Amino acid sequence: MAPNQGWDPFRELDHLRREVERMFQDYGVNLPGGAARRPAFLPGQAARGMYPLLNLSDDENNIYVEALAPGVDPQAFDVTVQDNSLRISGEKQALSQDITPDAYHRQERSAGRFTRTLDLPVKVNTENMEAQYREGVLHITLPKAESAKPRQIQVKVS
Amino acid sequence: MTENTVQTTTGEQNVPETRAEEQTLRPPVDIFEMSDGLVVVADLPGAPKDQVDINVHEGVLTIHGKVKQETVGTPLRNEFELRDFYRQFRLTDEVDTENIRAEMKYGVLTVTLPKAEKAKPKRIEVKTSS
Repeated sequence: MAPNQGWDPFRELDHLRREVERMFQDYGVNLPGGAARRPAFLPGQAARGMYPLLNLSDDENNIYVEALAPGVDPQAFDVTVQDNSLRISGEKQALSQDITPDAYHRQERSAGRFTRTLDLPVKVNTENMEAQYREGVLHITLPKAESAKPRQIQVKVS
Repeated sequence: MTENTVQTTTGEQNVPETRAEEQTLRPPVDIFEMSDGLVVVADLPGAPKDQVDINVHEGVLTIHGKVKQETVGTPLRNEFELRDFYRQFRLTDEVDTENIRAEMKYGVLTVTLPKAEKAKPKRIEVKTSS
């Protein structure tokens, strides 16, 4: 078959197959069995209630939450803690409405409102919570309640 | 066989695979055309703006963003892992490389690639002789 001879249905099918495969692969880390062969940072494509993706860690005094949420106007974030449940909501901004659909070559990002709630593993002190938005990642620091902090028990020798 | 009949503006099929790509995230992008050039918008959360490298070489646009994961404390739950971002696109129109603009805001990169003068459509004046 000579190349460049107009429309070829088989090649079109092949392209389609590759596009579909890519859709399932793209948005994770390309590591074999890596932590994140999962949909990432796309409100529309992540599983319901799973946006933004979260990392959680702690130390003696605080719980730290990182949320992967690029393209959000910081003013549009709403972060609350109630009944020991953390709720993050916000809106990923869409591009200007002035761009006509046929001007797009690729449209892989998505936009829209999102809400996610997370039950916290220990009680937190709601007085001194902090949230910082840096480079599209929201960093939340929640101080543990006094009652949740580990206490060392003195072992006495008699 | 592998040649594209229709060369899309941004088909990256022709860009050789690189090793760098294996351990990196492929950021989702929006690409659209404006009257004077192309705009590429990419989500690069976690990449500080001084760690984002954009270049156009031999008609290939490369976006490379380095991220810094700053996890504090003991991990309890890990849903995402920040990795460096890497993606390439082949550009068909010639780009005015001197005037590429890039902006980072809230982890979103916007690159504006103005068309080179010679790639712009030239309007031909139709004269009427009366």
